[in-house]
Amino acid sequence: MSKGTGIGGTFMVSMMALACAVIVAMVAIIIGNILLHGAGGISWEFLSRAPEAGMTRGGIFPAIFGTAALVILMTIAVIPLGVATAVYMHEYAPKRSRMIGLVRLAIQNLAGVPAIVFGLFGYVFFTKFVGAAIDRGLYGGELVYGQPAIVWAALTMALLTLPTVVVATEEALRAIPQSYREAAYALGATRWQMIRRVVLPQATGGILTGGILAVSRGSGEVAPVMFTGAAYFLPELPRRLHDQFMELGYHVYVMTTQSIDVEATKPVLYSTVLVLLMLTFLLNFTAIMIRSRIRRRLRHDR
Amino acid sequence: MIDEPQNARPGEKAEEDGSIRSEALQVRHAGRQILKGITLAARRGEILSIIGPAGAGKTTFLRCLNRMLELDTAFEITGDVLLGGRSIYSRDMPVAEVRRRVGMVFSIPVPLPLTVYGNLAFGPSLGGATRDSWDEKIEAALRAAHLWDEVKDRLQEPARNLSGGQQQRLCLARALVLRPSVLLLDEPCSGLDPVSTARIEEALQQLKKDVTVILVTNNVKQAARASDRTAFFLFGELIEVDRTESLFTTPRDRRTADYISGRFG
Repeated sequence: MSKGTGIGGTFMVSMMALACAVIVAMVAIIIGNILLHGAGGISWEFLSRAPEAGMTRGGIFPAIFGTAALVILMTIAVIPLGVATAVYMHEYAPKRSRMIGLVRLAIQNLAGVPAIVFGLFGYVFFTKFVGAAIDRGLYGGELVYGQPAIVWAALTMALLTLPTVVVATEEALRAIPQSYREAAYALGATRWQMIRRVVLPQATGGILTGGILAVSRGSGEVAPVMFTGAAYFLPELPRRLHDQFMELGYHVYVMTTQSIDVEATKPVLYSTVLVLLMLTFLLNFTAIMIRSRIRRRLRHDR
Repeated sequence: MIDEPQNARPGEKAEEDGSIRSEALQVRHAGRQILKGITLAARRGEILSIIGPAGAGKTTFLRCLNRMLELDTAFEITGDVLLGGRSIYSRDMPVAEVRRRVGMVFSIPVPLPLTVYGNLAFGPSLGGATRDSWDEKIEAALRAAHLWDEVKDRLQEPARNLSGGQQQRLCLARALVLRPSVLLLDEPCSGLDPVSTARIEEALQQLKKDVTVILVTNNVKQAARASDRTAFFLFGELIEVDRTESLFTTPRDRRTADYISGRFG
């Protein structure tokens, strides 16, 4: 090896090490900073009470509750839709069909659409079109569903997270050995019996992983709910599908940009960000744990 | 498809004789002819084995007999298969029904990811049979597969816990629970040790009085020792079929002689 390459090599290696160090440092700084400023503000009071005094004091309970309600509604919508799509694509559609290629392309593109576009779409489609139609048809034109509401925010979020669920479910379906399907068929199972008795039970873990990843993504997004249902400040919790709600991410956004006294809201802001971060980490961690358990089990099966 | 008017009406009697016959069965895959018109029959009371080198179409043929081949839509099947005189490809024979009557055991044991009992109950649970008749049928099937003594206390264990040979006998029992007329075995002993192989062969000898058995095997010796008649396939053609002793002692075709004496394949 010549001297020149030796020096060049050493230089490149140190640059790569530096790049890695930068990434680690960034994460450490972000989390450290949030922990440092936010941990002190976290208390039972903070988690269980509504914001007070122009959001400079009190807690964030309505935002936590709203976020939870949002992701539960979103899950109810996205899991059946996503699982049905994946099962159709993997188990029913002919293998080399052009139609399925098109659907797959659409799903990949859906995953690349910016969140704010989903927000605008949800506003125009769900509130202004679907909601207004419901009001005209059922409420004699009275404004009930034709305005931002938690149900519309949840459906918009469901569209955003749909690719996650479809991809995770399809991956789970692909991991099921073809021989299981053949064994079930050979015992006289119809396709639907085979899917219900063999495929779906085996795919449960993968579907669950997809669901958790969707929830984790959904609980951190702000843009899709901005126009479709999230409220600036609401002391009341949402109780009906057409109520508005507070959301953690949106609450952070509001406190950062719209607060009357930015300095005074800062401690609350940091603590809210910390709660949001913990929630997302926890969900991601759960998803990873479930997925690795499934992978281990699959390895044992082979 | 060939329709036989005298058997068009579903008649239990006709199906009970357990005969299965392929007529001019042809299979094409991506423009390539895999089976070139096979006409071959098997009857109850005998084990018919099918031998031949790799690529002869043995497995393809077997998978036509319970309509498993069509799961891959790239295969084009023409000709017909008659079970007890009725076409299994006719419109009034549901495909699930065909597969319940014509059981199959694969070359690798495939226990479903369930308990031993769950595997055995899978077939009956798909419909038809009432729950209280299951246990009796399951025990009978396990005895017939020579597995009862080994698993009678392990029915609630995952089927994966069984040894390879036990798993394959479980798969045999699982097919037998449905009381099929015909049993197809696709190299059922290819991954098994001689003891497990012997157990399966013993079970088959006792089964053949109730079930028509068709055994595809790569092991010429297995065909010689376990079957009553043997068919030799080569490149998608049926070269000859005869009583096993005759085929192994005085083959009529030169290619059969070459294959069984190990000169090719």
